Amino acid sequence: MSNYDKHYEVVVVGGGPAGLAAAYSACQNGAKKVLIIERDREVGGILNQCVHNGFGLHYFKEELTGPEYAGRFADMVKGTCADILVDTMVLEITPDKIVKCASQQHGYLAIKADAVVLCMGCRERTRGAIEIPGDRSAGVLTAGTAQRYVNMEGYMPGKKVVILGSGDIGLIMARRMTLEGAKVLAVVELSPYSNGLNRNIVQCLNDYDIPLYLSHTITNIVGKTRVEKVVISEVDGFTPIPGTEIEFECDTVLLSVGLIPENEISIRAGVTIDPRTRGAVVYENMQTSMEGVFASGNVVHVHDLVDFVTGESIRAGAAAAEFALGKRIGGRVIDVVTKPGVNYTVPQKIRPDNIEKSVDIFFRTNKVRGNSIIRVTSDGAKVAEFKREHMAPGEMEKITIPKVLLDRCGDSIEIVVEDA
Amino acid sequence: MYDVLIIGCGIVGSAVAYELSKYQLSVGILEKYNDVANGATKANSAILHAGYDPHPGTDMARLNTLGIKLAKEICEKLDVERRECPSFVLAFSEEEMKTVQTLYERGIANGVNVRILNGDEVREIEPEISKEVVGALYSEDSAIVDPWGYAIAMAEVAVTNGVVLHRENKVRAIKKVGDIFRVSTNRDVYEARYIINAAGANAPQINAMVGDTTLQPRNLSGQYYVLDKAEGKRVNSVIFCCPNKDGKGVLVSPTVHGNMIVGPDAFEVFDSETVATDAVTLPALKPKAHRSVPGINFREIIHEYAGVRPNTQFDEFYIKELETCPHFIALAGIKSPGLSAAPAIALDAIKLLKKAGLNMTKKVNYVDSRRVVRFRKMNDEQRRALIARNPLYGRIICRCESVTEGEIVDAINRPIVPFSVDAIKRRCNTGMGRCQGGFCGPRVHEILARELGMSPIDIMMDENKTFILTGRTKEDKKK
Repeated sequence: MSNYDKHYEVVVVGGGPAGLAAAYSACQNGAKKVLIIERDREVGGILNQCVHNGFGLHYFKEELTGPEYAGRFADMVKGTCADILVDTMVLEITPDKIVKCASQQHGYLAIKADAVVLCMGCRERTRGAIEIPGDRSAGVLTAGTAQRYVNMEGYMPGKKVVILGSGDIGLIMARRMTLEGAKVLAVVELSPYSNGLNRNIVQCLNDYDIPLYLSHTITNIVGKTRVEKVVISEVDGFTPIPGTEIEFECDTVLLSVGLIPENEISIRAGVTIDPRTRGAVVYENMQTSMEGVFASGNVVHVHDLVDFVTGESIRAGAAAAEFALGKRIGGRVIDVVTKPGVNYTVPQKIRPDNIEKSVDIFFRTNKVRGNSIIRVTSDGAKVAEFKREHMAPGEMEKITIPKVLLDRCGDSIEIVVEDA
Repeated sequence: MYDVLIIGCGIVGSAVAYELSKYQLSVGILEKYNDVANGATKANSAILHAGYDPHPGTDMARLNTLGIKLAKEICEKLDVERRECPSFVLAFSEEEMKTVQTLYERGIANGVNVRILNGDEVREIEPEISKEVVGALYSEDSAIVDPWGYAIAMAEVAVTNGVVLHRENKVRAIKKVGDIFRVSTNRDVYEARYIINAAGANAPQINAMVGDTTLQPRNLSGQYYVLDKAEGKRVNSVIFCCPNKDGKGVLVSPTVHGNMIVGPDAFEVFDSETVATDAVTLPALKPKAHRSVPGINFREIIHEYAGVRPNTQFDEFYIKELETCPHFIALAGIKSPGLSAAPAIALDAIKLLKKAGLNMTKKVNYVDSRRVVRFRKMNDEQRRALIARNPLYGRIICRCESVTEGEIVDAINRPIVPFSVDAIKRRCNTGMGRCQGGFCGPRVHEILARELGMSPIDIMMDENKTFILTGRTKEDKKK
């Protein structure tokens, strides 16, 4: 008797944009038995609650809403061999790639996979994680949870709102709440710059006269039952400056203070995590430290645009299909080392033998920069240089290194960002 | 008319209700909140103390050591999460070793299994403890417990056995007319022949309503950090510092839910409902905890909370039938180790009731068991069988804690119906994990509204007026 109920060549954990693209790509690349396991009642992931537009400009060359973007991919997947289990939660992946999951409809299942693609996305950082002091009032919630209430359930989580954090979800929700008749009093950002896309600052705040307080944070929340008042202070670095307090009478605090890849299942399976991204350490084909286990999308590193999630996931799905069909990759490994100005890179490891023409390296810089140079070196020698007129932590950077240059590199390459 | 009316349904009120429910008596409970276990019982260190702290010969010593023995039985019978967990009191100097010696002697006198270890012996058992530690008191008699789960379990069994729980009833006045107490609340007037004051931090005010103004409340708040399960296995014991005048110092402890807690500090607050955390004082916990366990990764903080200790001017508990008011039993000033002592305090309360003349006969039949489904604690085969029996157990609602819809529906159908998202949290652990309810909050909300037949707008986060939603969206209003 086998110790599993079903067998698939490729099992994709998560049916958001990453999982849909990975499964689609796995099918396109020769896998015949592909399964997507999705915990929600429908595929699409977080896109389903992102009813604003701005998705797909890179991939589809047109402007779509989140549900439209997800719908396109769901339709593409329908035309493939992939099976989908919805309302089914993956609880554990064993080292020999048995995926255990629970479902109201299908019961408890153990599914044997030849290759796995991790596409669990990310979660929002919470009040507790950033230690916002004050009363335990109702009316403090993450921007994404508020977005779900408004866009999916049809309920308003508040009337007078202060938003902490200028991440994209916070900015989008500032506009959404305003359009729904709420008053957004302030968006408060700890950094001296916004962490969101510039287009969102313009379209979500400036167009609605919502003030953005940079270098400020919330230093108190007051309200025994519901939020009644929020106090913000200017900060010197991370430290509030006494005497700079501003009070807002409000009933709601929305938090958009960062996203964290959801890797609890990956960690328990034994996947090595990069403390900088809090996602898996990956090779050029998105394989993790576990052979046959791949990862893509926000579970690897938090992306700015879904189009890039799609691109990454198409590579991951293809590699998973190839692995399931028997392809093995050997050869030497080049470590990508981050130097000042570079917060992290994806991939962290590159095998030149597996590169056809060139490899794309994604990263984020540590601060807002004007004219800058991205310098790639190996063993002290220059490999490549890239110029940028503007760089910001809110926007993902990409550099492309040709195989011919990689072949000349030693066992590591270093990437540094400097002012030009 | 009740034979006995208990004021307050925290850990002490629940324990008394549970014991009294075994007797042929009519018993009522008045609770000011909309749920039980919502005061100090939900915000403390969650430790069943071994019993080496209280001075030998005191009621506190007797009740603590008996209480933890009773807790073991009760938690097994009522399916409460409790885990035996050794404890250390660390000494960083020879001076502190003197305190350890004192505690050792108290422990021996109190009948507690205690040992004194040197620094190397300490680190052999708990390698994460600081190299600066020169020695420690060590006991294997301590345990950790789900404090609110413990109170909820006892209260539920009490209700099953016929005790009547009146929630959202804040006592405003107590009058004695002949042999009958008339207790006025914000909602109603209740009559009883005997009263048990188990009002926690508000017990002094309740005593004052019948003329005993002995107690001066000292509302001493304590703040804590909760860390992610990634830190939950760093230590496998409760790690105290040497006690000082404000309490037992900053401790580091695992929780039965698999997290780590760090805390508390101590500062006086205006009232027992002031459970805010403070940006200036809270971070001071970190260096104190690092002194004991240098490896704690505070990047894994997921939550902060504060609780108010029901302290008074006395070191001892204030447990007695009031001289000024016969048939009124005060269980007041129940600060630490109150959670440990609670079931023993309940037995004392019964003795006091008997002594005061209440005729007490045990029921022939009463329920003294309770079982709770916990999906997260099951193995593959148990989960498979469970979902086959009821598919609702296959639907995971809280991802972080692996809580199923079946468990939430179970909780709603138990004898004390939870009305809020946090009441579900206290019964099922939904929202206690790293996303703090970000994902499961709206789903729990929806299930509560559906099962209770209420509008989502009327479902509270916790207490009355803790509205989660303020109305419908424009589009939904049109519909």
